[in-house]
Amino acid sequence: MSEPLFTLIKVGAAVGMGMNIAGLLGWVERKQSAVMQDRIGANRASILGFTVLGLFHPLADLIKMVTKEDFVPPRGMRLWHWTAPALSLACSLLCLAALPYGDVLVWGGRAHSLQPVPLNAGLLFVLAMLSLGVHGVVMAGWSSGSAYANLGGLRAAAQMISYEVSLLVTLAAPLYVYGTLDLAQAVRWQAHPLLGPIPAWGIFLQPLAFILFLTAGAAETKRAPFDLPEGESEIVGYFVEYSGMKFGMFLTNDFIESIVLAGMTTALFLGGWHLPGLWRLGLPQAAAALVGVAVFFAKMLAVLFLLMQIRWTLPRFRFDQLLALGWKNLLPLAMLNFLLTAWGTFLLR
Amino acid sequence: MSAPESLGRHPVRAVRRPEMGFKERVYLVEVWRGLRITFRHLLVNLYRHARRAAGWAGLPGAVTIQYPDDPAVVAKRARTRHRLLKREDGTPRCVACMLCETVCPAKCIQIVSSESPEVMIEKRPKSFQIDLGLCVFCGYCVEACPEDAIRMDTGQVEMASFSREGMLWKMPDLLGERSRPQ
Repeated sequence: MSEPLFTLIKVGAAVGMGMNIAGLLGWVERKQSAVMQDRIGANRASILGFTVLGLFHPLADLIKMVTKEDFVPPRGMRLWHWTAPALSLACSLLCLAALPYGDVLVWGGRAHSLQPVPLNAGLLFVLAMLSLGVHGVVMAGWSSGSAYANLGGLRAAAQMISYEVSLLVTLAAPLYVYGTLDLAQAVRWQAHPLLGPIPAWGIFLQPLAFILFLTAGAAETKRAPFDLPEGESEIVGYFVEYSGMKFGMFLTNDFIESIVLAGMTTALFLGGWHLPGLWRLGLPQAAAALVGVAVFFAKMLAVLFLLMQIRWTLPRFRFDQLLALGWKNLLPLAMLNFLLTAWGTFLLR
Repeated sequence: MSAPESLGRHPVRAVRRPEMGFKERVYLVEVWRGLRITFRHLLVNLYRHARRAAGWAGLPGAVTIQYPDDPAVVAKRARTRHRLLKREDGTPRCVACMLCETVCPAKCIQIVSSESPEVMIEKRPKSFQIDLGLCVFCGYCVEACPEDAIRMDTGQVEMASFSREGMLWKMPDLLGERSRPQ
């Protein structure tokens, strides 16, 4: 198989995976919140009498969104109103292509990387794309021609840019340890043994960075308890003037950003595709690589599950609390963590 | 801020707002405690759902009542649709004293009285109808009745109709001789 074609298939699979998991996350969100609140959750959408635990609800949502009126406010800017959700979604979908889903697969005498786009600065690429997402948000607020949407957009931008600083400084410490910006290299580094059976996963080496990263990441991707930019039905956010599938794109974008965050957490802190003791089974190389992909997905879904549980457990922050947490707590802690890491590695070397 | 011990004869108690200690300020401990509660609910409910799905007996995993599929659950003391009671010989207990009609704030009860054939009873209702489209379910008619002839204990809450006539409950409907107005 030619290399460009294989890359195309990989990127297509990554994006398709992202879209499908995003759709399923809508179902997971409904059902998980229902079960933990002693409810049943959406279970009425049926095809020929089959409800399958409410799994058809994302489908019904999609039909609703596609068939709804696509409204552009008369005072809004048509072009940018249309561009904003596309830009948001495109940025987060591009991130999916840079995640390291698996190790190298040797097939037909040639080595293929299972990372859709193997970049030697993949981490920078993902972070850059996540920060470009701010543009879509501000654009949506500005082009709606509504003061409320505009304020919502500015609020969202303030939040996302604030937490981006913390996110970057937090990541400095594990990157210093791994010594690479390549996500696949970072995963390979984590496969080293640390203490007996414990591998050198980022969560064991950098527990503080793990917590800080999850917190800042949840704020960066606008997930609860930091969902002030959206605020479902309570706060007027940047997409008040959006309806139909354009609104649906913002919604999907949110889920895909969550998936990217979970993938990054898996790659940087949970050892990516690495499973301790897998090499003992003596699987053929191709099979081991594919099992690695499954392991990566299992870890990613576990992180998504945890994020969802946190989302339905914690109350939303106030905006001043949110900014105070970002600038006064997360950023100093991240810097401290980096300093400690630097000193620790200096002393241990 | 200190409150005065007493204000005249009414003692004043100052309620101090609970202050956040170090543990609450760090918040991670509190997050962990919250997650423990939600995870416990999630796992216990999932286990109960699974048990039920497997056909074993056990507590339900949710408190949801799926109303149109399952019957509505109404408290025993809830004021629901009226009924008229009968004497032992099968005639209505109502003596057409008009107390319920008088006390009704919604003016939804209409009684037409006639002479009773029995010696000891002066009147009986020729017709007794309640417009449930007007009724506010206050229960005053039940309280006013000296004969215990009307009660609101049927537990029935499904009275909706597509016509106004369908909301007029006449004597056979209220006595239970017909299930609902025709």
